[in-house]
Amino acid sequence: MKKELITLNINGDDIEIAVHPWRTLNEVLRDQLHLTGTKLGCGTGDCGACTVLLDDQSVSSCLTLAIEAEGHKITTIEGLAPEAATENDLENLTLDPIQESFIAKGAIQCGFCTPGMIMSGKFLLDHTPNPNEAEIRAGLSGNLCRCTGYNKIVDAIADAAEKISPTK
Amino acid sequence: MSTDHNFSVVGKSLPRSDARIKAVGAAQYADDMFLPGMLHGKLLRSPVAHALIKSIDTSAAEALPGVKCVITGQDIPKIKYGNWRLVPESQDEYALAIDKVRFIGDEVAAVAAIDKDSAEEAIRLIKVEYEELPGAYSVEESLADKAPVIHDEYEQTTPNISLDRKIEYGDLDKVFAEADLVLDDVFTVHATSHAYMEPCSCLSEYDHDGRLTIWTSTQTPYFVQCLLASTMEMRENDIRVIKPFVGGGFGGKMEMRPWEFCSAFMARKLGRPVKFTLTREEELATGRRRHPMRIHSKVAFSKEGMLLGKEFNVHLDGGAYNSMGPTACFLCGNFGAMLYNYPNYRYYGAHVYTNKPPAGAMRGFGAPQALFVAETQMNVAAEKLGLDPVDIRLMNAMESGDEIPGVATISSCGFKESLIKVAEMTNWREKRKNLKPGQGLGLGCYSFISGGVFNWFNTRYNFTRAEVRAFEDGTVHLMTMASDIGQGCDTVLRQILAEELGLKVSDIRLTAADTAVTPQADLGTWGSRVTLMAGNAVRKAAQEIKEELFKMVSLKFDLNVIHDLRCGDGKIYPANRPDRAVSFGDAVKMAQRANRGEPIIGYGSYTPRNKGLVTPAFSFGAQVAECEVDKETGAVEVKFMTTAHDCGTPINPMSVEGQLEGSVHMGLGYALSEQFIMKEGKTLTTTFLDYKIPCAEDMPPGVSVHIDTYEADGPFGAKEAGEGLVSPTAPAIADAVYAATGYRCMDLPLTPQKVLASMKKV
Repeated sequence: MKKELITLNINGDDIEIAVHPWRTLNEVLRDQLHLTGTKLGCGTGDCGACTVLLDDQSVSSCLTLAIEAEGHKITTIEGLAPEAATENDLENLTLDPIQESFIAKGAIQCGFCTPGMIMSGKFLLDHTPNPNEAEIRAGLSGNLCRCTGYNKIVDAIADAAEKISPTK
Repeated sequence: MSTDHNFSVVGKSLPRSDARIKAVGAAQYADDMFLPGMLHGKLLRSPVAHALIKSIDTSAAEALPGVKCVITGQDIPKIKYGNWRLVPESQDEYALAIDKVRFIGDEVAAVAAIDKDSAEEAIRLIKVEYEELPGAYSVEESLADKAPVIHDEYEQTTPNISLDRKIEYGDLDKVFAEADLVLDDVFTVHATSHAYMEPCSCLSEYDHDGRLTIWTSTQTPYFVQCLLASTMEMRENDIRVIKPFVGGGFGGKMEMRPWEFCSAFMARKLGRPVKFTLTREEELATGRRRHPMRIHSKVAFSKEGMLLGKEFNVHLDGGAYNSMGPTACFLCGNFGAMLYNYPNYRYYGAHVYTNKPPAGAMRGFGAPQALFVAETQMNVAAEKLGLDPVDIRLMNAMESGDEIPGVATISSCGFKESLIKVAEMTNWREKRKNLKPGQGLGLGCYSFISGGVFNWFNTRYNFTRAEVRAFEDGTVHLMTMASDIGQGCDTVLRQILAEELGLKVSDIRLTAADTAVTPQADLGTWGSRVTLMAGNAVRKAAQEIKEELFKMVSLKFDLNVIHDLRCGDGKIYPANRPDRAVSFGDAVKMAQRANRGEPIIGYGSYTPRNKGLVTPAFSFGAQVAECEVDKETGAVEVKFMTTAHDCGTPINPMSVEGQLEGSVHMGLGYALSEQFIMKEGKTLTTTFLDYKIPCAEDMPPGVSVHIDTYEADGPFGAKEAGEGLVSPTAPAIADAVYAATGYRCMDLPLTPQKVLASMKKV
């Protein structure tokens, strides 16, 4: 079967690319565009490491066909703090509050689940600005982590929620 | 932190030095790398558990457009490898099977092609003719009369037992004859997966100068370098192993693996880079796992509750190859006699081949199995003798200075304090008396090593080495082969160096885990060795720098030789005259000038010597699980976990907490939800839907407290943290389930089916 020429809007940029119709969004992001912040942990939609936003929905990029993503705004971890892509001074750059909270709260160990966790956290806080702990845990239940035991990730999401939408 | 020590960087919960790059998605793991002209590799694995290879026809695969290389066992040097280089006959693996396959998933052939689709299609076009042999899928089947011999290419005293280990001290027969209480139980414990989030991946490149460079997801770059050299018939110095960011290991990435060999071999053959990345299905269906074991434990007590002795017989179900089984067999015998003083002890451990994916090293490394048994029997004994489980442990607990005959002397030890602390925090004695039906409270304890002493890899280098270069701008460059795989040693080693030199963490540049530029050698990340061993080497290297700089400062201020000099706040100053200070950078400038341009470089090595057979330092801790059991479904819910742990000085408390919480996660999965369902050697649980690691909603709330000790053999008093704690969770939960239901689990995992089955019997 022939490749199709599609235009994907990724982190605000329109990118024209030829893809096989069976190619997943994850394959196109990683293998064709080398946007490798989005990880592949299982390929079966179980681990959440490949989570990206499609408009305002979070999806597993390993289960989403690239051609389905045409016409939607795709946000990957690289697009969360857009300056990070062009500004090299990471130390002094202000990232998305969720990223800052992950760093400060010790929510990152090996870091492989981190991009997916942060994108799921972003989706959660976009829709539930002041989640309680149970809502945070439910919101992260599609993302597996083997290092942290999740507690510091939950703390980080709560911390970010308070920064974005203060309750006090 | 010990109050005697006034640290400025050590003991601070600094964010990880690599947290920002990971948070923005810019950290490159092996599969994130692409090189010009790169090819994609794929392995063909055996679909049968035990068979002779009669023929392999690769012609159709080779003819497929886009395929650049197909290799089988016939194309590679017939050189076996394995981590136990000290015992060459234990090295029982070929990168690709030659003549025979021994488990479902055994690597048979490899392909390199211009894209992943072509590589996958080529794999399907390879025709292998197998002559199937009967298989043995358990210790019992492997040791039965007329069992198939899995490795008939070398002689074993008992067929299918690749090696065994004995420990004996005291007079056990007398003890069993005279003891007031003897418990005699058989336990079985199961296999679990490391389930690191990053599937294994590697990328090899062979350059015009004849050097092979491999970026690989490994915990042990030095092992990969040495074993690639021997199997590829190259010189070690012609192989450069670089560890990029690694997405977890937990023991599962500490050997040379077939895909590393195949990528290197084909890159050399083709002159083009070759990348291999495993799928999650390959990882779960064929990957290394924790050793299942059958453990027969007979333990004797006096009526007062004193431990008199133990006989510990362990059969490790090793799968098709030795892998790290010899070490698990060795350590299991040591952990069987840890935590308490066993005046009489006899251990027999046997590593048994079966036609299953090989078991290997995994977090805890023999301890979770041995301590599930030991801690369960302590709880049983307490009940039979009418003692509180805390009291019977306090009576027998190891203390600083205790000796394990012929094995080790306990240095720092906060075990009793840990026990007392968890009892106090949980209101243990009161709460146990007032449990409602279905509620339970249980106790488990642990001890673990801070790196190993036994040189099974047979390295001819020091166990670890650090190089520190100092610069006039007040910065230093630390070079070490210590490998951060997510546990945080890049941060911790910076903290240790900053503390010693009185600098800020941001003044330290780090180059780690690149065999071409970092000092030979470091044995890698396993056995909780890095903080203590690499930390000690870093400190020694820093002390060499300090000595150089102190000479200059002493000269500048014309100091009396008795003056004590200090490093702090980026300066060097006399202890009693902090006003007379020279900045660190100026001191470097002076020293370098005085040395007529020679750079200021410090070296430090560490090898444990005269530290017994096992480790320089043991950690300790205790844990209480509070559980509720649903009597309708048999489901166990852990309501709260309370932990007290002794890791010496926590170099980075936030990192230590994170490691402890990760341990609870893995211990919880081990106890309740994670298992490989197998059928005649075939692993059926090959996705994360079937292989159930706990998710965020499954984690119980909990609290952990640090017991203050100072380990004299560790850098700034530090020792093991976050590996040992994987052990107590299963026995603590099992004990709580016993309190709640009367079901005493001696067969992990503790599934709802087992709970329900036991309740129907009652």
